[in-house]
Amino acid sequence: MTAVEAAAPPPARSVPRSGWLVVAAKEFADHVLSVRFFVLLIVLGLAAGIPLFLATERIHELASQVSGAQAVFLALFIIGPQDVSIFGLDVSVQGFIGLAAPLLGIAFAFDAVNGERAQGTLPRLVAQPIHRDDVINGKFVASLVAITLVLLSVVLLISGFGLLRLGIVPAWSEVLRLIVWFVMTIAYVGVWLAFGLLLSVVVHRAATAALIGFGVWMAVAMFGRFLLNLILGAIAPVSDSTAIDRALGLYQLHAFVLRLLPTTLYSEASSVLLNPSLTGTNTPATLGQLSQAQQQIPTLLSLDQSLLLVWPHVVALVALTVICFAIGYIQFMRQEVRA
Amino acid sequence: MTEIGEPPIVAAGLTKRYGELVAVDSLDLELRRGEIFGLLGQNGAGKTTTILMLLGLTEPTAGTARVMGLDPARDALRVKRQVGYLPDSVGFYGDLTGRQNLRYTARLNGLRGEEAEGRIDEALGQVGLSHRGDGRADTYSRGMLQRLGIADALIKDPDILILDEPTAAIDPIGVVEILQLLRDLVRERGVTVLLSSHLLTQVQSVCDRVGIFAAGRLIGLGTVSELATRFGNDTGQVEVTFDGEQATEAAERIGPFLAGIPQVEHVEPASAPGAPWRLQVRPASAGRLVREAVLAGAARDGLGLTAIRSSEPSLDDIYRAALLEAGLHRDAVESAGPVGAVA
Ligand SMILES: Nc1ncnc2c1ncn2[C@@H]1O[C@H](COP(=O)(O)OP(=O)(O)OP(=O)(O)O)[C@@H](O)[C@H]1O
Ligand SMILES: [Mg+2]
Repeated sequence: MTAVEAAAPPPARSVPRSGWLVVAAKEFADHVLSVRFFVLLIVLGLAAGIPLFLATERIHELASQVSGAQAVFLALFIIGPQDVSIFGLDVSVQGFIGLAAPLLGIAFAFDAVNGERAQGTLPRLVAQPIHRDDVINGKFVASLVAITLVLLSVVLLISGFGLLRLGIVPAWSEVLRLIVWFVMTIAYVGVWLAFGLLLSVVVHRAATAALIGFGVWMAVAMFGRFLLNLILGAIAPVSDSTAIDRALGLYQLHAFVLRLLPTTLYSEASSVLLNPSLTGTNTPATLGQLSQAQQQIPTLLSLDQSLLLVWPHVVALVALTVICFAIGYIQFMRQEVRA
Repeated sequence: MTEIGEPPIVAAGLTKRYGELVAVDSLDLELRRGEIFGLLGQNGAGKTTTILMLLGLTEPTAGTARVMGLDPARDALRVKRQVGYLPDSVGFYGDLTGRQNLRYTARLNGLRGEEAEGRIDEALGQVGLSHRGDGRADTYSRGMLQRLGIADALIKDPDILILDEPTAAIDPIGVVEILQLLRDLVRERGVTVLLSSHLLTQVQSVCDRVGIFAAGRLIGLGTVSELATRFGNDTGQVEVTFDGEQATEAAERIGPFLAGIPQVEHVEPASAPGAPWRLQVRPASAGRLVREAVLAGAARDGLGLTAIRSSEPSLDDIYRAALLEAGLHRDAVESAGPVGAVA
């Protein structure tokens, strides 16, 4: 056994300190080289560009009306083409990204774990010296970065369009608002990404996971408001005869319930961030507030005032992400490695 | 360096239940450093489950596993850094090349750059895939994937190799090469190997010790010859071959002569001229006596003896005997029992 003696020094072996980074690097490379990435990039670019193109007229109008006023640049993102509306949905850039972000999140995550299972690579992967959550964390980060790239190119495309074709030069405060809005949008994507990951852990077939994800997106993003209103209307109806104080209370309740939807959270926060003249997201709760709101002089909020308004929204979005993530994580830890 | 430190793998009372089903039933096992250990067992016997528990990939219902003296559940990273694992149905990322797949594994093990590339080249060479390393993994044949899986387990330069059916889907010459590779790894680097297999001749040819599994229980453990004594009813086999032409005329003399040797219990005549006669010998240790008696007799009677040898008891027979003894042979449990149902 002399050979054994020679070849057995106490092993001083490197264990990678951040396995999630290795996973993320590999997944990211996979994403940006994938067909899925390019298709989404092109489709989103077109889908965001065309309505914007159609809205050129209105933005021109606005620009000449309020020339010298603030936030014309941001109008690029919040003004949709007149008379162009699909199912009554918001087709401004902002509204469009609010619709597309969930899809992106799901598209980049629905096959994350079940795909590894199907390929038979999962046992090999978890037998490497990384923590099991590194797998999920790495995939989450890689997808988030890839989506950030997609959305960033869309936003830059639009900004470039505004700069070059419309000749609108953004003020610094607008750029700042845009950046904050973008970060908030990424947080919103995070919610759906975490949800997609959860699906990929729980649902063993990628195709099924994609369908469920798509279905939930449809339900929440397109019909969520409608469905909730319907339910609320049945449970706590507001009619003409309702005392006005009570009615206001009910409206308050409705607003709260609607805010359970990430879509509502996002669209409210997004509007406030992109539109400095919006001074609140709340429906007035008391008569006093109502009259106050009516008497209000139109003002423009500074960025930190807007931030203060949307802070709870951002916290709620992050909390939703964490919840989805935690459930997916726990499930993944409990699952058998074998399918 | 004899038995310094802990044995590489120890299982004590290791148990895994899936609901009602007991997949592994209080397994006690201890592997020695630098040995090749074979796990045998029918489909569903619990081999893969045992392996997963040793790797910390499945939590035992009861009992403990220790790998290199470490708890695979609590010290998962250190255990996994030292253990190379080939899963039973290994898969790779189809859109990456074989080499890229291995590179990912190397990175996950903290290997980078030159060091990683060196190990990848070496591992690809060891499994005979050097020429296809840059092809996409989804263009590989089943056996090539299996070879890549073995290369993948070797990347981290493991102290312990755990291979779940390593030779599945590999061609016969490839099998010989792989088994030789395992022997070399043991000899040169002192690697300890735990492998599971259905192919008994392979296990017999490469394993120092074997464990026979049935319905989650270890029903036999030891070297092949130890198991032969334990399950072989203490019989051995001697094969005698006579010159083809002479054998025909002397056939009537050969039979009684062989049967007349005291320790020979049963004589199976040659199936054709020039084929071996098979003698069953009791006790098993009497093989040498019988051989000498045959030699002497053949010289005396002028029988044209061309070959004589004691044949090893085949693991096949031992395995069947062990399963029969445990009442778990498929014939015995066809109608009832979990093993029959799974198979
Ligand atoms: N996730 C699971 N849930 C329930 N039962 C399981 C699960 N995984 C394995 N089993 C059962 O545990 C038993 C042992 O399975 P195991 O895979 O360890 O067998 P094996 O010896 O590796 O078989 P094979 O030779 O077919 O690979 C089988 O009866 C199997 O059905
Ligand atoms: Mg198995």
